[in-house]
Amino acid sequence: MSIAINQKTCVGCKKCLSVCPGTLIKLNQEGKAFIKYPKDCWGCSSCIKECQAKAIDFYLGADIGGRGSRMQVEMKADQVIWKITETDGTIHVIEINPKASNQY
Amino acid sequence: MKKLQVKQLETDVLIIGGGTAGCYAALTIRENAKAGVIIAEKANIKRSGCLAAGVNAINAYIVKGQTPDDYVDYAAKDADQIVRGDLLLTMSQGLNRVTKKLEDLGLVILKDDNGDYVARGNRNIKINGENIKPILADAVNGLDQVQVLNQVNVIDYIVQDNQILGAFALGVEDECFYIIKAKAVICATGGAAGLYKPNNPGFSRHKMWYPPFNTGAGYAMGIRAGAEMTTFEMRFIALRCKDTIAPTGTIAQGVGAKQVNSKGTVYETKYGITTSERVYGTVKENQEGRGPCYLRTEGITAVQDEELKKAYLNMAPSQTLKWLESGKNPSQQNVEIEGTEPYIVGGHTASGYWVDTKRETTIKGLFAAGDVAGGCPQKYVTGALVEGEIAAKAAVDFIANQAVSDRAWDEAAHTKAKKNQVESILNHENPIFSTAELEEAMQKVMDTYAGGIGNNYQFNEKQLELADEKIDQILTLSEGLSAADMHELLFVYELKERLIICKSVIAHLRARKETRWHSFAENLDYPEKSAAWLKYVNSKQIDGKLTMIYRDLVKRGETFEHRN
Repeated sequence: MSIAINQKTCVGCKKCLSVCPGTLIKLNQEGKAFIKYPKDCWGCSSCIKECQAKAIDFYLGADIGGRGSRMQVEMKADQVIWKITETDGTIHVIEINPKASNQY
Repeated sequence: MKKLQVKQLETDVLIIGGGTAGCYAALTIRENAKAGVIIAEKANIKRSGCLAAGVNAINAYIVKGQTPDDYVDYAAKDADQIVRGDLLLTMSQGLNRVTKKLEDLGLVILKDDNGDYVARGNRNIKINGENIKPILADAVNGLDQVQVLNQVNVIDYIVQDNQILGAFALGVEDECFYIIKAKAVICATGGAAGLYKPNNPGFSRHKMWYPPFNTGAGYAMGIRAGAEMTTFEMRFIALRCKDTIAPTGTIAQGVGAKQVNSKGTVYETKYGITTSERVYGTVKENQEGRGPCYLRTEGITAVQDEELKKAYLNMAPSQTLKWLESGKNPSQQNVEIEGTEPYIVGGHTASGYWVDTKRETTIKGLFAAGDVAGGCPQKYVTGALVEGEIAAKAAVDFIANQAVSDRAWDEAAHTKAKKNQVESILNHENPIFSTAELEEAMQKVMDTYAGGIGNNYQFNEKQLELADEKIDQILTLSEGLSAADMHELLFVYELKERLIICKSVIAHLRARKETRWHSFAENLDYPEKSAAWLKYVNSKQIDGKLTMIYRDLVKRGETFEHRN
């Protein structure tokens, strides 16, 4: 799995369920989202872009060198704000202007 | 007994797959005709298909000083001539038109002071592609008379007397069996991932280049319905950043990073620079003890570091995450690279339906666009859009020239048989094997005997013979699979689709008795290429048996049209 859904923060809005290209996310009996098929996640990050409650963390599996950092993103009209939190609490923020092209 | 509720729908044009080509086909139909459209999409068109995470650049564009003919020449050279000149030309001629349309819809494209697009090399332009799929989806969702069925997965065509009449589908969320009747059908399902054991077979098995949800349904449905298919032996293997399987082109072209081995030697000049040669060189360097291989990024500037991190967040965020949590920027550590497992994908190589210039398949009224259509490699995003456009216009023309009486079919018998088949899977009890176990078995067979990563992409005739035998065994076992719910049912169909495609891939690899492309189709019994194989290897299922068909090349300036 390359996402982890925080059941306490999830508001059950179902946006992640609807957007997942593998329809891998379902609701549990408490009405909270969970990833039913963790090994089937592509890592496309569509769900974290949808989640306004910031309940979903994106991470790299240990088998591909992941070190436990968690990534989230906030999608605003004029700004995309990526936030990476390392296990020791170090936070990296990268802001991208969606109206600006890649330089490469 | 579990039974499924039936939903019946009818439309003029059914588009199967709401990805790049499918969405653009819908837009084109609405601009050119009043025809009704249904898009059946297995996920949600907002983020489905290849563009879910975004895309790094427009990789197929006719930049200033270049012509569509130049693009045809480039693609033909890269595939060592096994391409359709007519398809490549009609695609190339539309590249700039669809790019403009994408910009009008909201895609950000980098421009210079004169307002011209900034080129990245001879064929690419620079964009911000993070939201490219939501842009397309918004445009489609705003259309009149276009019904988007999200989370509805088509499992088979309805074909009678070699004419398409519609398709059967499964509603995964609403738990329904769909019968969708249509006057014309555009197949835009994408190519096939998951045939071979992947780079990371464990927890991160789906951290792959191509969407793991593209299971090749379009190919499999076509094969089952007796459509002619082409060039399945030209597999595609992507050269990627190790582990994250993120694109390498952005680094290679963006900051001019060369491929180097562990000794620091640039090796690309030794093997050549076609797509397959870049993979092959990396494989050989590893085989001969000079691995791992890298893109040489050490020494790039701090500004370049930051721009690369941003560029990857816009299309493959895993790579940026990897740089950040490793504590080493690309300027401090070269980026390790590896080849992926082989895929079958007509947008990069030439595998797919054998189509005419209108993208009509050999089944009347069935059109193919994007990764599922053969003969036309190097399409990338814009080429898929053009094919969606061509297929859409042709489908509209087809409907206008079609008499209603031509479409009579024995609905009750067709539907009953298919519905029974679906429900029987839901009602099988106590199977020994699960779908996941058979998928693992299939991927192991393909890896070991049909040139997977584990065998350095190489194979010989005996291995292919064994692969075919073993895939047959797994096909037989797949008949006993069961599903407890709709999602598991989808998994069963996806596996069966992949097994059918594996059979075709093996048959095509066996048929082409030469090595024209290293790594993509490297037959150790025939290690050289031969002018005698300047021809297409096609196939068609006749009476349940895959039959090979060999056709002469359609070169630049020539065209191929179906005879009837």
